[in-house]
Amino acid sequence: MSKLLVSPSPHIHSKDSTRSLMRDVVIALIPAVICSIVFCGWKELIVLLVSVASCVLLEWAITKYMLKKPSTVGDLSAVITGILLALNVPYTTPWWVIVIGSVVAIGVAKMTFGGLGQNIWNPALVGRVFLLVSFPTYMTTWSQPQGLFGADAITAATPLSAIQEGLMQGASVQEIMAKEGYNYGQMLFANLGGSAGEVCALALLAGFVYLCIRKVIKPWITLSIFATVALVSLVFWGVNPDRFTDPVFNLLSGGLILGACFMATDYVTSPMSVWGGVVFGVGIGLLTVLIRYFGSYPEGVSFAILIMNSVVPLINMGFKQKKFGRK
Amino acid sequence: MLNIIIWTIAVVTVLGLLLALVLYLVAKKFKVEEDPRIDEVEKVMPGANCGGCGFAGCRAFAEAAVKAPNLDKNYCPVGGNDTMAKVAAILGFEVQAKAPQVAVVRCNGNCEARPKVNEYDGYASCFVKSTLYTGDTGCAFGCLGCGDCVAACQFGALSMNPETGLPVVDASKCTACGSCVKACPKRVIELRPQGPRGMREFVSCINKDKGPVAKKACASACIGCGICAKTCTHEAIVVENNLAYIDPAKCKLCRECEAMCPTGAIHGVNFPKPLDKDAIKERIKIRQQKAKEQAAAAAAAAKEAPVNPVASEESKKKEDKKDE
Amino acid sequence: MGGVHPHDNKISRECRIEPLPIAPTVYISVAQHIGAPSVPVVAVGDKVKVGQVVAEPGGFVGAFIHSSVSGTVKSIAPRADLAGRMATHIEIAVEGDEWLEGIDRSETLVTAIPEDKKAILDKIRQGGVVGLGGATFPTHVKLSPPPGSKCERVIINGCECEPYLTSDFRTLLEKGEQVVVGAAILKYVMGGVPCTIAIEENKPEAIEHIREVIARLGYEGIEVMVMKMRYPQGGEKQLIDAVMGRQVGSGALPISVGAVVQNVATALAVYDAVQKNKPIIDNSVTITGQCFPKQANLLVRVGTPLRYILDYLGGIPAEAAKIISGGPMMGRAVANLDAATVKGTGALLLLTEAQTRRAPESNCIRCGKCADACPMGLEPFLLNKLARAKDWEASEANAAQDCIECGCCLYSCPAHIPLLDNIRVAKGFVLGAIRNRAAAAKAAAEAAKASADAKK
Repeated sequence: MSKLLVSPSPHIHSKDSTRSLMRDVVIALIPAVICSIVFCGWKELIVLLVSVASCVLLEWAITKYMLKKPSTVGDLSAVITGILLALNVPYTTPWWVIVIGSVVAIGVAKMTFGGLGQNIWNPALVGRVFLLVSFPTYMTTWSQPQGLFGADAITAATPLSAIQEGLMQGASVQEIMAKEGYNYGQMLFANLGGSAGEVCALALLAGFVYLCIRKVIKPWITLSIFATVALVSLVFWGVNPDRFTDPVFNLLSGGLILGACFMATDYVTSPMSVWGGVVFGVGIGLLTVLIRYFGSYPEGVSFAILIMNSVVPLINMGFKQKKFGRK
Repeated sequence: MLNIIIWTIAVVTVLGLLLALVLYLVAKKFKVEEDPRIDEVEKVMPGANCGGCGFAGCRAFAEAAVKAPNLDKNYCPVGGNDTMAKVAAILGFEVQAKAPQVAVVRCNGNCEARPKVNEYDGYASCFVKSTLYTGDTGCAFGCLGCGDCVAACQFGALSMNPETGLPVVDASKCTACGSCVKACPKRVIELRPQGPRGMREFVSCINKDKGPVAKKACASACIGCGICAKTCTHEAIVVENNLAYIDPAKCKLCRECEAMCPTGAIHGVNFPKPLDKDAIKERIKIRQQKAKEQAAAAAAAAKEAPVNPVASEESKKKEDKKDE
Repeated sequence: MGGVHPHDNKISRECRIEPLPIAPTVYISVAQHIGAPSVPVVAVGDKVKVGQVVAEPGGFVGAFIHSSVSGTVKSIAPRADLAGRMATHIEIAVEGDEWLEGIDRSETLVTAIPEDKKAILDKIRQGGVVGLGGATFPTHVKLSPPPGSKCERVIINGCECEPYLTSDFRTLLEKGEQVVVGAAILKYVMGGVPCTIAIEENKPEAIEHIREVIARLGYEGIEVMVMKMRYPQGGEKQLIDAVMGRQVGSGALPISVGAVVQNVATALAVYDAVQKNKPIIDNSVTITGQCFPKQANLLVRVGTPLRYILDYLGGIPAEAAKIISGGPMMGRAVANLDAATVKGTGALLLLTEAQTRRAPESNCIRCGKCADACPMGLEPFLLNKLARAKDWEASEANAAQDCIECGCCLYSCPAHIPLLDNIRVAKGFVLGAIRNRAAAAKAAAEAAKASADAKK
């Protein structure tokens, strides 16, 4: 008989591991990935493959050659960053732009802080925002989804950018929406211009429900984001429906669903406690709506999440769960 | 254009002067009066802030040294005698040069000599391991091998030898600050004098179990047989609780104990020549033989009838006095 | 709050409690309870009978220890316990099975409770009864609350929330009547307060049986409460919260909220001591594990070498990688199989390598599962970091001393960080600091009083 094992208690462990949790997130993203490829075509597949490959390769290279530690790509977090980055950019983005985005996302936003678990900001969002600021043309040229084998892309505005431009030209919200022919059915099942991640709200929500059932994420961050966005935009729209878009439009457009379901709920960059998560979600929702209504960018989710990521350490200090037997 | 340049230079100059004045006044108003010697002493300190002196950093040591009446209680093991001489010069004190010390790992239960009897699967910390049980070998006293000492050393002087499973001290880097001594839950590491040219002898074992028990757990344990104490002619070795201890103050580095130790528990380091056990054993044998012969001769001389009657009278008077 | 749901693995639940044949030699430790080690009162060469006192309490918080066999005392010497640490053991070479006169070995149920409460407490004390839920706190001390505190409810802990363990379950089924009488005695001693027998919902047969026994014996004020299945539902503080809705404060005892909690096995021991004059000389031990071919619940005499028990059941299987005294969450891994059982030994669990070897540690992903799982509402991810940084003040501020060492945090961590290993270190240092402060405060108060008195 080989030597007995001796360790402090406990002596058993749940089946969870970092890898199994990340795997569940990847599975939850599959419906959205499939939808985006179906709607946007083979170009989207290239974008996805380039993004995931460059994120994984970069993390492997950094851990092996710079940190001289065992590679951490096995925990699948680089894969998730790759997928999220791809879903956040137009499918016409050149491959080298995406590689730069991966370098920033993994190399700067994740590994310089110490790898998984140590970063303050969501890596995919940092990559995306960096690209938005550095390559505005590529990043704001949205094309109409062409279907799986569609012909060359036709540039078209996303709903949010169309609203913004139209408002600047003086039209009212209803006029713009009527002119572009937007309706909610379209936005839910999406055949509109937008990043791949915007296109299929239903697929994203299905993934979110899967994660909640598997107890991988807790729903209150996402739900508080949705609730805040709905309430705040309801107030503004109620006051001036010509100037401000309605709550349903806000919930369905842009990267809100992708951001609320998959990026705001990222473990590393979100608060630990329940009330902390609610406050976090309220902050994101509020900032998103304000940026959309009053900011110069049509889309506010990325910035809102990044700003609230900065506040998370404070939230964690201020909102701790109640200890047993203490007031 | 010129107007703008002149105005810019004027405004910036005035601003600069104003701010400089403010800084000067603030520095004057909020200046903390301190003995200037504290700064001087701090300058000559090694700056490691290791706490080996017992104070919270080099500046704290400087403050304490300036306030103290003498340097008896303030010694910096990292800077050593050189630094202390400088400090003494600044403060006008006398300081005695202390023998430089070094950390010594008193366990030689490597993987061969001290086989593992179970496998530890908890967090790799000697402290956690020691609170759980007596260890993964048969010896309840020896090094646990998880490297708390290595982690505690701020000078990189300790490293784990993967082949033996024991920590190794790099004497050139060791400053004898004592962090490793405190970190080891088994008290395996001891600070001992470095010795002339780095030569030192020590018992590399702290096992207090009885001989057979210790030997069963580790082939190179100290079994408390006492041969070393009997051999030592300098009264440097004491055997207590089945464990021998060499007093570094009395040890003359003759290496006789090391040669006689049956288990190899006694170690000598940095000696120029390798240990010639046979030669030493021969020497000891001859010495002991001589001692025996002398003792026998003295005993025989005492038993034989006295040759000198005066001497015998005197010795008889002495005996009578004794009886009184 | 908190808790985890490991598979309950009650694979030994059908095994009736059977007596283990007595080993040829037993080694009875003098340090098998909380408090001062007991002092031996026999000498080498003495002949002892079953139930005879071999060691007396070493202090106010201490317990009598009795011989579990009849035979001759061979030695009183230090011997290694299951962690390899030395403690004095009384070695007895077994000869026959002669019991002390006065112990009632019959099966008759004695339901009449003695009137004199002091006499009951004395019998409990004389019987060497200690908490058999694992803590081994001397029961007579627990049942003598400090002046000013009042017991409002007696809770009998039949949760057995640790996976694999079934000895309490079998005791409820096979000795349910004795347990209920024991509960009645405890209820009486604490002033006739209501008594709740808490049983987890995965033991429906026990729940039904005990309810039937209570009705048949006609005891009033004793009821069975069905508890949700959750680890650590059977933890003292958690149980009191679930039954009474009150949370015991940090550093406080259950009596501070009016609760007295005793394990089912302790209630049985109380019955034996009070009604049958039988001190603790044996305990029910579950021997279990998937790699073990035969599951068993054995009645083992105190002081039986662990190796003897396993050999009786066919030896240690080759796949067994870890042998645990107790359950998989809070039990102690056995390093020394020559150690002997003590009063608190409740189970021997054999786990395979796949079931128990720890996976390598990786970065904390800040998922918060440990904080969700902690039944005391602590933040294990933070306490782990503070412990590794040796920041004891911050550890105290974050309540490291409240940790009940249940293991839920380490169990649920996806990154396999050894959280509890480090939190235990912090807890130890923090409790030490609290003790030192209290001692210093006491000394200062006494010094102040002394100087005030001197001035008078």
